[in-house]
Amino acid sequence: MTARTAIAMGCSAGGLAALQRVLPALDRRLAVPVVICCHTGSADVSLLVEILARVSALPVVEAAERAPADPGVVHVAPSGYHLLVEPNAHFSLSVDARVTYARPSIDVLFETAADAWQGGLVAVLMTGANSDGATGLKAVRHAGGYAIVQDPASAESDVMPRAGLDIAGADACLSLDHIAQRLNELCIP
Amino acid sequence: MDVEDIEIELFVRAMQRRHGYDFSNYAPASLKRRVQQLVRTHDAGTISELNRRLLHEEGFVTRIIEGLSVPVSEMFRDPPVFRALRDKVLPILASYPEINIWQAGCAHGQEVYSLAILLEEAGLYDRARIYATDFNDAALHVAAEGIYATRDARDWSRNYIEAGGLKSFSDYYSARYDFIKLDQRLRRNVTFFNHNLVTDEVFCEAHLILCRNVLIYFNNSLQDHTLALFRDSLVRGGFLCLGTRENIDFSPAAACFSDVDAPLRIYQASSASMARPLAR
Ligand SMILES: C[S@@+](CC[C@H](N)C(=O)[O-])C[C@H]1O[C@@H](n2cnc3c(N)ncnc32)[C@H](O)[C@@H]1O
Repeated sequence: MTARTAIAMGCSAGGLAALQRVLPALDRRLAVPVVICCHTGSADVSLLVEILARVSALPVVEAAERAPADPGVVHVAPSGYHLLVEPNAHFSLSVDARVTYARPSIDVLFETAADAWQGGLVAVLMTGANSDGATGLKAVRHAGGYAIVQDPASAESDVMPRAGLDIAGADACLSLDHIAQRLNELCIP
Repeated sequence: MDVEDIEIELFVRAMQRRHGYDFSNYAPASLKRRVQQLVRTHDAGTISELNRRLLHEEGFVTRIIEGLSVPVSEMFRDPPVFRALRDKVLPILASYPEINIWQAGCAHGQEVYSLAILLEEAGLYDRARIYATDFNDAALHVAAEGIYATRDARDWSRNYIEAGGLKSFSDYYSARYDFIKLDQRLRRNVTFFNHNLVTDEVFCEAHLILCRNVLIYFNNSLQDHTLALFRDSLVRGGFLCLGTRENIDFSPAAACFSDVDAPLRIYQASSASMARPLAR
């Protein structure tokens, strides 16, 4: 099996609860960068970071412009900016136009992460009420990455996972509890 | 190597060799997205087709620059920044007989008008000159006109209040149909002109430089280059205001600045550093 070297996750409506479920179940030994784009609608992402840090086994930080995507750390996209992964696995930000009504956009994160990590990337698309992330997920699969979509039946809002399945398909369609488990299996040698 | 990445390399080279625009030190991921966007806008099919038109078609480069620059902005964006400029920076600038301000990467000019309003309300505007620059001529043209969509005005009005505005934002524009036009008196001391941060030089002695959401598109070395340009353009004790996400900590130029408000990325050129020879 290909060694998986990075995880990118996207969610929208219902995302906070979903993340609170997945992050605590990630193994502490997970030595790959985790990057999250969660539409919050709020101007300040620091509260989300705080809430996630409280439950996560891994440290959670706001992804900083030009900082490296550190292994074993959860990086959250700041609000109001697209979060991009550069080819050298450092972050960059942009205020370019919204993509599928969103900034940060999951499509932008997934597409650039797929470019940077290629087949090493595991992308996870979870609950949400719009279709952001579906095109990005397609790019991930195209690059040889592994795509996980939350089982729509188990999602608080099923529009996003359904769009993901329709447009990109998936390597696995799982409930939240199983998502964490699969990530551990894929990323811990 | 990915075919598209090769095409982008050729694109960057064509821009540089044929048209003198150097994008080689832009952050690659966002540059790539913008070029892909250009392929869609111009229905080119491939980046190579874009390159062909760039090399052969008269005037096409202007449209390419428009597509690469994406001049997204708003008035009083990040209101706490404008509030801090009002409370911490303008009172110090008030001691100068004349005040030069450089707004680099002014996009459609929303920040220029925001600044002009701040200066007006502080009673300093008649002593001030704002140099508003960008490398996108089309954006500069929009900036000079000061006409924006009415639907943005409500958000901007909220920003204005949060930034400590003394009047009502609507005092500064006239509305017609779907557009607002900013009071043209706000432009009386503004000079708009084309300046490319990558290739152009220092052109004034500034007391305040504002450059937000531009450095995020540059790689480390181009950020360093630009920060050095700003350092060389500032008078001793002058102020530098960057976007809230940008960071100078890792740049050599950081040694020449002290914090005025670190989280809001407002810095002051420390006098000691100014005594050093200017590195180019
Ligand atoms: C996102 S806008 C920022 C607008 C405004 N400063 C703000 O923060 O709201 C970025 C601007 O930087 C300009 N820009 C990018 N590269 C530049 C360069 N090399 N020289 C001058 N301007 C540049 C673009 O044309 C665009 O208008």
